[in-house]
This record gives sequence, C-alpha cells and structure tokens, in this order.
Amino acid sequence: MSERLEKGLAAMRGQMDSRVASFLSTCVHCGVCAEACLFFTETSDPRYTPIHKTEPMRKLWSREYTFWGKIASKMGLKKPMTEADLADWEMLVYDGCSMCGRCSMVCPVGVDIAYVIRKVKEGLCAAGFSPEDLVAAGERARTIGSPMGVTEKTLRSTIAAQEKESGYKIPLDVQGAEYLALFSSGEIAGFPEFIGSLAKIFSHADVSWTISSEYFEATNTGVQLGNSKLAAELVERVVAAAQKLGVKYVISPECGHAYTTIRWDAPNFIGRPLPFKVVHIIELLEQLREEGRVKTNSTISDRLTYHDPCNISRRGGVLEQPRTLLNMVAPNFVEMTDHGSMNWCCGGGGGVSSNERANPLRAQAFGAKKRQLDEIQVKTMVTACSNCRHMLEDGLEDNEMDIELIGITELIAENLDTSGSPKAT
Amino acid sequence: MTEFIDGPLWYFALTVFIVGVIWRISSIFFTGKKPDYSVPRQASTGGAVATVFTRFIPRRDMAPKIRIQTVAGYMFHLGLFALLLFAAPHVAFIEHHLLGIGWTPMPYWAFIVASQLAFLGLLILWLHRVLNPVTRLISDFDDHVAAILTFVVMLTGCLALMEGFTGLRVLHRFTVELLMIYFPFSRLMHAFTFIPSRAFTGAWFARRGVDA
Repeated sequence: MSERLEKGLAAMRGQMDSRVASFLSTCVHCGVCAEACLFFTETSDPRYTPIHKTEPMRKLWSREYTFWGKIASKMGLKKPMTEADLADWEMLVYDGCSMCGRCSMVCPVGVDIAYVIRKVKEGLCAAGFSPEDLVAAGERARTIGSPMGVTEKTLRSTIAAQEKESGYKIPLDVQGAEYLALFSSGEIAGFPEFIGSLAKIFSHADVSWTISSEYFEATNTGVQLGNSKLAAELVERVVAAAQKLGVKYVISPECGHAYTTIRWDAPNFIGRPLPFKVVHIIELLEQLREEGRVKTNSTISDRLTYHDPCNISRRGGVLEQPRTLLNMVAPNFVEMTDHGSMNWCCGGGGGVSSNERANPLRAQAFGAKKRQLDEIQVKTMVTACSNCRHMLEDGLEDNEMDIELIGITELIAENLDTSGSPKAT
Repeated sequence: MTEFIDGPLWYFALTVFIVGVIWRISSIFFTGKKPDYSVPRQASTGGAVATVFTRFIPRRDMAPKIRIQTVAGYMFHLGLFALLLFAAPHVAFIEHHLLGIGWTPMPYWAFIVASQLAFLGLLILWLHRVLNPVTRLISDFDDHVAAILTFVVMLTGCLALMEGFTGLRVLHRFTVELLMIYFPFSRLMHAFTFIPSRAFTGAWFARRGVDA
C-alpha cells in the first residue's frame, strides 16, 4: 500500500463515528438523493448522485467495520482499496459537490450525506487528492491569513476608503468592544461596501464593535479542503484575536461556510467550547430591529427575492430572520418555489468557487437557480453570502439575466432610518 | 429434512438473526461519537424523534420526482408487513411458537391484495434498480441478493398457502431461515438501523434550529 493511500485511509478511519456507521448501514441505494442534487439534475450524470460521492468511505467501512468485510479482507476475497479509489473521487467530491446538504434533507432513511462527504474529503486531502487551487488557497490562509491573500495593509486601506465613502468611523482594535466583526476575503476584495454598511448600522444602533487587525478572516479553507488540522489552526486565530480584544460576541459576516464553521464546527475543531458567542450578522440585525435599535424609513418597490445561502439557512438555522428584515423594507418580496431549508445552492459552496477547474460544471449547475428565477421574474435578488453573490453574479451574467444583486446588510443600511441621532463622523 | 428445517435450522437461524441484529446495532453505537461543543439553539431530542417519523413521507417539493420509489416502496413494505403479521399461518406460528398470543388474521381476499401489492412493489423497485442509470450505478451485489431472497421467500409463502402441501411449507420455512441468517449481515438491516440513522440526522439539524 502506498504511503499516500495509507494516509488517506488513516484520515478516513479517524472520521468514522456512530453517525457514519448508522448511515452506511442504512442506505438502501434508492437514488432519491440524486433528485435533490443540482450537479445531477443539471447534468443527468449518475456519477453526481450524492451517495455515490461517499463511495470511498463506504468501501473502507465495508472492509474494516463489517463482519463479512473483515473476514473477506483477511482471506483475500475482497479487493484491497487502491489509490484509484481515492483519486477517481477527487473531481466528484471537490468539483461536483458544493456541500449544500440538500440531499441530506430528502433521504428516506435519514442519511446525512453531506456529513459523510465532508469526511471523505479528509481522506482525499490527506492522500493529496485535492484541487491545486484549493490547496493554494489553504496555503495562503495558513501563511497570510486569507485564502485570497488579503493582508492587514489591504484591510486598513479598505477601511479608510469605506470610512470616506460612508462617512462613518470604522473601529479597529478597540479593546473591550462588545462585538468583533469578521469578514470574508471575498467581501473585503469584492464587496467592501459591506464594511461601510456595518459602520452605518452599528453607529445608529449604538453597537460597540471592532475589527481585529491581527485576524479578520472568517472563511476557513481547512473546512473546504477537508483538512481539520488547518481548520483548527484558523479557528484558534479567531479565538486568539477575540480573547486579546476581550469581546463577548463574534459576528459572522455574509458568508455561508464561514458561519457554519465558526458557529457550529469551530468548537469541535479545537476540542473545547468557544470563549465567546457567535452571531450571524442577519441574526444581529434582526435582534437590533426587535429592540427598536434598527429602523428603516424607506422601502424598495421592486419585485425582490431572497437566495438562501445553504450554510446559513439549511445547515445554519438562520431561516426566519432574513425574511422578517426583508418584509420590513420590501413590500414586493416574493419567495422562490424551493426556499428556506430546501433552497437550491448557487453552485459554488464547499470550495467549488475557489476551484477554477470546476467552473464549467458550476456554470451548468446554475441551471437550477435560473429555473427558479425564471419562474418568479424579479428585478432584485438579495442574499447573505458574498460567495453566493459572486457565484450568482457569474450565473446571471452568463445567462444574460437582468437581475440586480445586493447583500442584505447593504440593503438595510441603504434604507436605514437615520433621523433619530445622526452619528456620522 | 423436514425435522431439520423445522427444528435445529430454525433455532440456528433465529439465534443468528437475534444476535446478529443486536450486534450490528451495538456496533453502530460502539463506534463512538465525539462530543459537540457548539451551543445548541434548542434541544436535539425533539428533532431526533420527529425525524424518525417525518421521513416516512417525502417532502412535497420532492414527491413528483421520486414517485416510483415512493409508491412502489410503500406497496412493497405495506404488503410485506401485512403478510408477515396478519397472514393466517403466520399468526398461528407466532401464537404457537413465538409469543404465545395471537390475533385475528386477515381474510383470504386481503392476503391476495397484500401479496399482490408486495410482489408488484418489489418487482417495480427491482426493475427501477436495474433500469434507472442512477440506481444501476449505486447498487451492489447485496442489493440484488436481498431483493431476490425476499422475492423467493414471498413466492414460496404464497405457494405454501395456496397449495397446502407440507413440502411447500417446508420450502417456505427454509427460505425464511436463509433470509434470517442473511439479514444481519446485509442491507436488510435498514429495517432496524433507519431509526438511529434518522434520529442522528434529526438531532443534528434540531441543534441548529432546522426541521429535518
């Protein structure tokens, strides 16, 4: 057995738990999950059937964790696993799965397929079968602190530009602030107005907040790669930054996987509870609205819809808050047919967007979202994930669809009632 | 041979079935589960219990796309359970050899309906398995053996009831015993493991505030 195969199998063995064992014991190969996966529905290629993507883990489990499998393997009656069992799954798992977890919602026997695919990634990554773009992003995250190479210098210049543009002070490294805001590199580089919007809203809502110059990255390439060690290392940096500033809360920005990682997975990566509470920016905005600290004084009359980022809604549990906020500012808010916990993914989650090799497949997978949008004919689409926003922009452009895209924080900031106490500085 | 099938083989099959099922279920839980340090939105127990039941019904948005699996699946399972628990010879067997209590068996016409549903359902599911590109790709040897063995058991059962020959009854019992021995080592275990599988997923989603 080659060294890389042994590493991959060892990593997958380390991921085996009761949940995986129950799932692999139970799957009856009914194929229902295929109909929930946009990579299958848009390509009709059976290889993209979600449960098929877990095949390396099933083979390992079958050989090493079942009665007959153990006996057959010992007697040489079962073919040993080879590098091909991992290598051949690299493209299926990294290019053809956005980890959106829609399949997990429909399995008749309750298999959380996305959970198992995430564990397969650990094996592929350990064996060196990961897309080079994602590996490079992981290396940048580890060395620079950002998968896109956004440095502290870039952050400072973005803050300066946003302070000038918005007219609001953006606090940096404020000791004892209540909230620490994190950002995705995609926001800093592509949608810096998110930072200005935060400053405007927080200023009027009187929120004590800050940004850490030492660590501001919310995304976690370790999760996308399937490298728990890297994931834990990146989480520790957030913890160190938050502890240094003494914050009580960490705000997850408009980024899906960043939210699930820091809110739900981070404590498990580091093996202890987080020393702060995590709140998604939508949750905080809704809380501020409830407390009467965020009010809007204008509405947009356009027909508008909301794209649920999978990791914020389906796998994050933030489902009602964006709808309450949108109903406040958009009387013509309409839902797509499948929304909330059954939304269709933008196609770029789980690291697919960082993997250039997957671009043609991702463009094809956008067909699911296109059909949804064609049905409701909206002028504007709101979302709460900068990665979704990038992917949706690509898809809309490729398909020549005239729909404006905006982040929900930005939308609230634009319609904010600033009449009470103007706090621009 | 009849004595062997009715006697030692039956006890052997029953032992393998019971011990095997317990062993398989235990092995799932003994595999272990790391603690979850995240702060839950809500208790997970409600979600675990709810998902065990809600997954019996497909989501409305998915139902039209999976009609074959759903309809044939229900035909087969309902027919099979009706036969297993309410066919007159089974009720008598349960009363005299297993539990010591019996109940009113279903009438002959219901037996015919149940067996036709079960046969048709199983046949459609198996045809779907071999003809549909998705299920053809993901199915393995075990899926086919389980389907064929179940079919043979049902067939010999119907023949035994209709013909009333001892030979056919013994043949049916023999195939049942084979199925019982095969059961714990196969995907047929989903009859039991669907409960922890659904519960794990329901609990995981409930922690996050999502109805799974």
